[in-house]
Amino acid sequence: MEQVEKIFETRELNVNMGPQHPATHGVLRLVLDMDGETIARVTPYIGYLHRGIEKLGESLSYFQALPLTDRMDYVSSMSNNIGYVVAVEKLFGIEAPERAKFIRTIVGEMSRISNHLLWLATHALDIGAMTVFLYCFREREWILELFEMICGARLTVTYPRVGGVRNDVPQEFLDSLYQFTEEFPSRILEYETLIDQNRIWLKRTVGIGVISAEEAVNWGLTGPTLRGSGVPYDVRKHAPYDAYDKVDFEVPIGTEGDTYDRYRCRMLEMRQSNKIIRQCIEKLPPGPVMADAPKFTLQPKDKMMPITHPTQEHAFFIVEKACKGCGMCLRACPAKAIFGEKKKPHTIKQELCLGCATCYVTCKFKAMTIVPGGKGLSDEKLAELAATPLPEEIAKASEYLVKHFEFIRRGPKVPDGEIYVATEVPKGELGFYFVSDGTGKPYRMRVRAPSFVHAGVLPRLSVGHLVADVIAVIGTIDIVLGECDR
Amino acid sequence: MDIFANIITPQTLDALIKFGINVAIIIIKIAVVLGIGLLHVAYATYFERKVIGHMQVRLGPMRVGPHGLLQPIADGIKLFFKEDIIPAEADKPVFYLAPVIFMAASMINLAVIPFSSNFVIANINVGLLFIFAIAGLGVYGIFISGWASNSKYAFLGGLRSSAQVISYEIAIGLSLVGVMIKAGSLNLTDIVNAQEASRYGMYAIPQIVAFVVFTIAAVAETNRTPFDLPEAESELVAGYFVEYSGFRFALFFLGEYIAMFIMASLAAVCFLGGWTLPWYVTKALPFLTYVPGIVWFLLKVYAFIFFYYWIRATVPRYRYDQLMAIGWKILIPIALANILVTGLVKILV
Repeated sequence: MEQVEKIFETRELNVNMGPQHPATHGVLRLVLDMDGETIARVTPYIGYLHRGIEKLGESLSYFQALPLTDRMDYVSSMSNNIGYVVAVEKLFGIEAPERAKFIRTIVGEMSRISNHLLWLATHALDIGAMTVFLYCFREREWILELFEMICGARLTVTYPRVGGVRNDVPQEFLDSLYQFTEEFPSRILEYETLIDQNRIWLKRTVGIGVISAEEAVNWGLTGPTLRGSGVPYDVRKHAPYDAYDKVDFEVPIGTEGDTYDRYRCRMLEMRQSNKIIRQCIEKLPPGPVMADAPKFTLQPKDKMMPITHPTQEHAFFIVEKACKGCGMCLRACPAKAIFGEKKKPHTIKQELCLGCATCYVTCKFKAMTIVPGGKGLSDEKLAELAATPLPEEIAKASEYLVKHFEFIRRGPKVPDGEIYVATEVPKGELGFYFVSDGTGKPYRMRVRAPSFVHAGVLPRLSVGHLVADVIAVIGTIDIVLGECDR
Repeated sequence: MDIFANIITPQTLDALIKFGINVAIIIIKIAVVLGIGLLHVAYATYFERKVIGHMQVRLGPMRVGPHGLLQPIADGIKLFFKEDIIPAEADKPVFYLAPVIFMAASMINLAVIPFSSNFVIANINVGLLFIFAIAGLGVYGIFISGWASNSKYAFLGGLRSSAQVISYEIAIGLSLVGVMIKAGSLNLTDIVNAQEASRYGMYAIPQIVAFVVFTIAAVAETNRTPFDLPEAESELVAGYFVEYSGFRFALFFLGEYIAMFIMASLAAVCFLGGWTLPWYVTKALPFLTYVPGIVWFLLKVYAFIFFYYWIRATVPRYRYDQLMAIGWKILIPIALANILVTGLVKILV
């Protein structure tokens, strides 16, 4: 026997799956060591989509970082937005008005449905059922069109805001959505006729990627991936945010913890989401959609700037007497339009100036003046205009403009401290951890992304199975690499 | 001179002319069949895309020509002008050879398919065995392409495919033994004639078990969903022809669709009565006898091909080990049992 083994010395086949591969859902790279077609080892490599979102968040104010969250889990950007704004609201100590909370619950659940539809579509396609894919996309299209109706964007929505939502929803949106909730349960049945009791589907999913409840908790799984193992953990139930404590819904759980149970969980979850949306539409209270906290939220523009400038472009000018030559503006200017030596008054080269007001905000000695209608004028003329006091109306308008600019750019004055707030996004528990040092930008922003945690469990789920099962397992943990790599 | 005079007698001359005419007829027949075959492939893809498109609530090709009718031609031209990429590490002569073997192996089978009572290129007595033999050769094309590409995905696809095709060929062969017993011949034309004379008019009724086994195995033999593991796009990207592009890829494509056509015609000839209609149908609707036989044949073939497409739009894909288990543990025993029963019936009744 030993001799036979010596003659037929076998080696493990090493296959590099991804980052360009039709089934790795983006840019996941798996290095598979296989004995024939059986998986001996799986090593996931991540980071191909790393954009430094956490670090970027530290250099942007709390308002400005919101669109970054769209780019994390681009499949359910609405849920990510909500996760972010809920966390920031808690840090600010403000609360969104009731109507905004209900609207956020509605759009959050819409995003859950659209995410689960995309998941089902790709999961089924990976296993070979191509028709489910197109059926799911039919309904997903409807949801995306509804998103477009309320905010103009289909994928990267940025609709929720700190303190509420960007704008109220139109009535036709509610009508169309209500019709959707009426039709959607029959559409789910349609998907299920194709795969739910299909022998091939059962053969491919039952008993694949089994993980026990205890192990699932230890691996840090959340969302449907955890609930498939029978752990009824759902942030919406355990730490309700928005309007989740005011609606009635169940948290579906599985028993075996295999791919089929996780599939069932998500299918049932879609029905629950549908139920939540219906209840929210029925209970939707009237009222404002933005919290009345002008120090912490972005109010409508006419509220923040009661008087606006007549349409004329401004210029910036350094008042020689006030300038101490500290060099702050010189370093801050993005266009490098400011010149001057240390301890001597600086000058602005007007041709290069972008009018961005960065220098205005930076200057500590009020040497920088804003000259409305000063664009294109010579330095002498500007000096003259800067010396003469402005008409009161324009002075006031300038003040509002600058305040508004400063508010956006620097952010609100935030209380010191740190906070971790988790929300239930379609993929699991999305947590935002902020450390605030009292400025308008977080000292540290950390995102607990469910996809990142779930990608780690891939080897545990797929070792011992066949190549085809790795595909099913990638599908069942429902990861998006944009969120995983951030 | 005498010798020639002795050889070229009027009889031999007659024979020579006859031979020449026969050759000419065969060449014409080949041209016709080849033309039909290639046209079939072009429009089978169109048919497939339209059928699956409508099943999936979309339209399928619509842009090139009215209702996308010129789409297959545009596709063909595109493939023809595409760059022919050959991997640097590939075993080049073998790499060149593989698609040719694959396509030739499926094309040759067209020679023995009887399209109508008097239209068959080679009416040979071992027709059925000939088809198995040649289909067996097609595996070499698959395996060689997987091997010569020097890519792990292609290699796995090639291995899977060879294992699959070989094991399902057994099931197909065994399922057709029942037909051979009943018809008492391997000649495809004789099988059709025997069916016409039989009580039910087609063997699909008495040989229903064999027909089901044949249908399942035929899907697997041609690497179609749910047995399309060799080219499972979500696992192996494209399987054994992943490294092929341009016209070489088109050859694989051609071969695959012709193999599908062969399997469908085999089903039509061996189980559905070929170009004939069962006697009870013609008795009920006598005017149907005026319709040429080839129409019925093609109708049966395309109904079978439609069935292929229907499956493809409906079911997921099996896993490799499950597929082998179905072949060896279910289909082959059932086919063997069917042979036993058919044999006993033949002896006893």
